[in-house]
Amino acid sequence: MQLKEKIVEKSLLLIAFSSIFILALITFFIFEEGIPLILKVGPKLFLLGEKWIPSKGLFGIFPMIVSSFWVTFGSLLLGIPLGLACTIFLSELIPPSLGTLFRPAIQLLAAIPSVIYGFWGLVVLVPLIRNHLGGPGLSILAGSLVLSFMILPTIITISEDALKALPPSYKAGALALGATHWQTIWRVLIPAARSGIVASVILGMGRAIGETMAMIMILGNAVKMPTSFLDSARTLTTNIGIEMGYASGDHRQALFATGIILFFIIMALNTLAIFLSRRRAR
Amino acid sequence: MSQEDMDNQNRISNFKFQISKILPWVLAIFLVIPASVSCQRSKAGITVAGSTSVEPFAELLAEEYMSRHPESHIYVQGGGSTAGIEAAISRAAAIGMSSRNLLGDEKKLFAVTIAKDAIAVIVHPSSPLEDLPLDKIREIFSGKITNWKELGGSDHSIDIVTREEGSGTRESFQKFVMGKEDISLGALVQDSNGAVRQVISSDPNAIGYISLGLVNDRVKALRISGVQPNLTNVNNGRYTLVRPFLFVFSGEPAGEAKSFLEFVLSPPAQKLLLKEGLVPVVEKLG
Repeated sequence: MQLKEKIVEKSLLLIAFSSIFILALITFFIFEEGIPLILKVGPKLFLLGEKWIPSKGLFGIFPMIVSSFWVTFGSLLLGIPLGLACTIFLSELIPPSLGTLFRPAIQLLAAIPSVIYGFWGLVVLVPLIRNHLGGPGLSILAGSLVLSFMILPTIITISEDALKALPPSYKAGALALGATHWQTIWRVLIPAARSGIVASVILGMGRAIGETMAMIMILGNAVKMPTSFLDSARTLTTNIGIEMGYASGDHRQALFATGIILFFIIMALNTLAIFLSRRRAR
Repeated sequence: MSQEDMDNQNRISNFKFQISKILPWVLAIFLVIPASVSCQRSKAGITVAGSTSVEPFAELLAEEYMSRHPESHIYVQGGGSTAGIEAAISRAAAIGMSSRNLLGDEKKLFAVTIAKDAIAVIVHPSSPLEDLPLDKIREIFSGKITNWKELGGSDHSIDIVTREEGSGTRESFQKFVMGKEDISLGALVQDSNGAVRQVISSDPNAIGYISLGLVNDRVKALRISGVQPNLTNVNNGRYTLVRPFLFVFSGEPAGEAKSFLEFVLSPPAQKLLLKEGLVPVVEKLG
């Protein structure tokens, strides 16, 4: 038995290390493929160039960086109020009988494959926007709307955990001092759980910036600087997703280089989220 | 030890037990996969590589060929026309696939047209437009004409739909229609013929281009300077937005490559291509 335990433990260790090893390998390859192109084009021209025409050797990803943030902030604009409202309802106001229905439903939202979200956006939202607001319909607005639903589970689950982790004395104290239930929630519980809620928003942001499949389907993928929410746009992820099939040579390397930029953005967001949730724990 | 600790302990040992059941299988899979892959490789065969536009058709043909000749194996790979031609030159692949004509030095290679593919310019079925001259199409796609009323349609901005950079269809469209002009950067980009068709079929103000074989009743193919895109006009040369699908060889084809080429040019294979929407190069399909 002892020997068997040892074997199992070592094997698990090996497997755990192999997953880290794979991460390191991926990182290495992205950088190995992408860095030469960035140096060739020039970091400034690559990051701030506004024209992406690979067949002419123009690799400027600035419009995609800007679009990524437009789409992401658009989704947060709707996702945060909706997510926060859901969180408050779920953790404080929900009748217990409804809780058993709501929580699994929200978790199910996370389990829906993104291609389904994309398809739904394409078939339902895009024509609505085209017919009522104008433009091609394939737009930042459509992308942001779909993304705001996709990040809801992240925001709700993590900020609900943050609320649950508060000492019960906070709530009891506030109520004992004569605060109403709503005052307790809004003035005591939410501020106390603030860092956890912010962390949930940042993780949601990471999810939004990284989403690819749904965005390829509903953003329209035009490579230009967005000027309105009704414009078509291309994010960093969709640039890789849409062009990888045929890319070769410099073009292929430029897609890896796009990945490097994405890598840094996601790393920054995750570090921020970890930092914030650590502060909460202390 | 508290109740909670006990629970945890139980859960962990339970977990360990399950892992010890699964682990041998996981390891076995890791061992078996590479082994089976190398087994497959050792089977003799030829490689067909190149254009991703030709690739799906080549895969179909290879499957059909292999079902008739179970002893042989044909590996089909993508990579693009240029890569395919280079692979044929360097003999890395027995057959290179190209969806464009050979240029310069490449013309020395032995090339066989296995089928032709026409590119149709499509709009929404409800569009009043039926016919456009080539230069108007160029002006639309380069962003000079931005509103349908300039072409006699309703007062709506035009939604241009194009393919992504690197696509063979886009390359051909660029060559046949755009010439030196660029496709507008404001154009919507879709990454397959099917996706372009989907967008056009739902947007009354959109215009795009796809393989003729994939045109269906959800979109309308425009006449170009009066010429309807169809098999007859492609064959008699009146419809000019046509690109060849080539098989390229470094020299006179021989052995397995020759036998595969013969199959591809045979009536049943050509019939298969016709069914998939390509224009066959063999007159009599039996």
